[in-house]
Amino acid sequence: MIEVVGLHKQFNKNVVLSDLHLNITEPGIFAILGPNGSGKTTLIKSILRMVIPDKGDIRVLGKDVKKTSDYRKQIDYLPQIANFPSNLKVRELIRMIKDLRGKTEKEARLIEQFALQPYLDIKLGNLSGGTKQKVNILLTFMFDSPIMILDEPTAGLDPLAMIQLKELILEEKQKGKTILITSHIMSFVEEMTDEIVFLLEGNIRFKGDIQTLKTDTKQSDLEHAIAILLESNHA
Amino acid sequence: MQLLYYWKVTMLKILKYSFYDLARSRWSYIYFSFYLILALVLLFLNNDLSKAVITLMNVIVILVPLIGTIFGVMYYYNSREFTELLLAQPIKRNSIFLGQYLGIALSLSLSLLFGVGIPFVIYGLFDSAAIWDFSLLLLTGAFLTFIFVALAFTISLNNENRIKGFGYAVLLWLFMAVIYDGIFLMSLVIFEEYPLDKLSLLGTMLNPIDLSRILILLKLDISALLGYTGAVFKQFFGTHLGYLASTVVLCLWTVIPIFRILHKANNKDF
Repeated sequence: MIEVVGLHKQFNKNVVLSDLHLNITEPGIFAILGPNGSGKTTLIKSILRMVIPDKGDIRVLGKDVKKTSDYRKQIDYLPQIANFPSNLKVRELIRMIKDLRGKTEKEARLIEQFALQPYLDIKLGNLSGGTKQKVNILLTFMFDSPIMILDEPTAGLDPLAMIQLKELILEEKQKGKTILITSHIMSFVEEMTDEIVFLLEGNIRFKGDIQTLKTDTKQSDLEHAIAILLESNHA
Repeated sequence: MQLLYYWKVTMLKILKYSFYDLARSRWSYIYFSFYLILALVLLFLNNDLSKAVITLMNVIVILVPLIGTIFGVMYYYNSREFTELLLAQPIKRNSIFLGQYLGIALSLSLSLLFGVGIPFVIYGLFDSAAIWDFSLLLLTGAFLTFIFVALAFTISLNNENRIKGFGYAVLLWLFMAVIYDGIFLMSLVIFEEYPLDKLSLLGTMLNPIDLSRILILLKLDISALLGYTGAVFKQFFGTHLGYLASTVVLCLWTVIPIFRILHKANNKDF
């Protein structure tokens, strides 16, 4: 589904990704973890071609991302910070994204689920952070693409919305989608994901399921297992 | 062909939404009302269309580039996250940036057109001989808007830091509107023993603000005020060749920054 070969990216002299190989072939939920500055967002953005790599090839569903922009129709992306044009109303933003990506009927259900009905005619600039994130989630989940990329999806959500988000993600997983998630909340990762891709200093330090990671590091919970990974690197 | 068609459709969509966004922004109305009030006051004070056109020109030639610069930079930095959202959609980068650029440039040009146009039409522009001078004024105003918004976009694409980007953009305007003329005049004084007609022609051609001002002044037929240089200018700009050359230069000033925008946008990380 997603094939990354020899990816290299540096910003000025700061090497963010060096010779990274990643091959995701099966459906499921993959967590991309790593400390700040380990290159998680750069990897995601390279897949979406928002960041242009210095070296390496990326293929999504067999298509070279350098050559076409059309492959992005197959990816639903939830960006980290949701800052929309402040003069547009929520309704207009939804209509606009539909206009750009294609028809969907799913938004009605999502509007109801996140109780966004009263906000539809409010300008995006006047929404609170949490409500903006709900709109962000709605825009991502209203399409049915085989790949989803969620960058810090839980940011700013209240507990109820958090539960609903988890349900939504699991529902999409049932459909056989490939879902990439970055998150700093370990309990969320532990609960949701099938496999972990742990990035450190621009490369993949660990790839495998949570159980393997726990036995490898002889830890009973994920948080400590990750800490061991980090420490072993310093040693 | 199919691809080109698709590209055009998505670009027009982006343009439409940027335009909607701006058409509802408070600043567009402030800009519009400023021109409305300015034109009304000028007409009230001058009581004569042609004279009002001259005063208006002096304001437009300085102010339109300033507003275009500031608006362009502000819009770019304000809509960064939104641009990122668009970049994740199945859209070509070219159509995103071209669409946003045209959205701003068009809405600013329309604010100018209606802000200045409405009072003049009410005052009887269509029955007046000043209509051609006035049209030229609006046309160069639109050109200046397109040029300076494009320059502002180029600057902001090249500067991550918005304070820096803002600073460079304002500096560019200051240079074009004020400093350039200063240097120009100084060099004319210093080298006054040499024949400078060609040089001053060239100097004027290279600055879109000066070029616009001269074009309108010559059209208004008050070049006598410009003295000897005015005569040289009249000789050149008064001809068809002169008009053609000026139009080409203004077009180049618009098109080159647009190509810079597209080139930079295609190689930039977001």
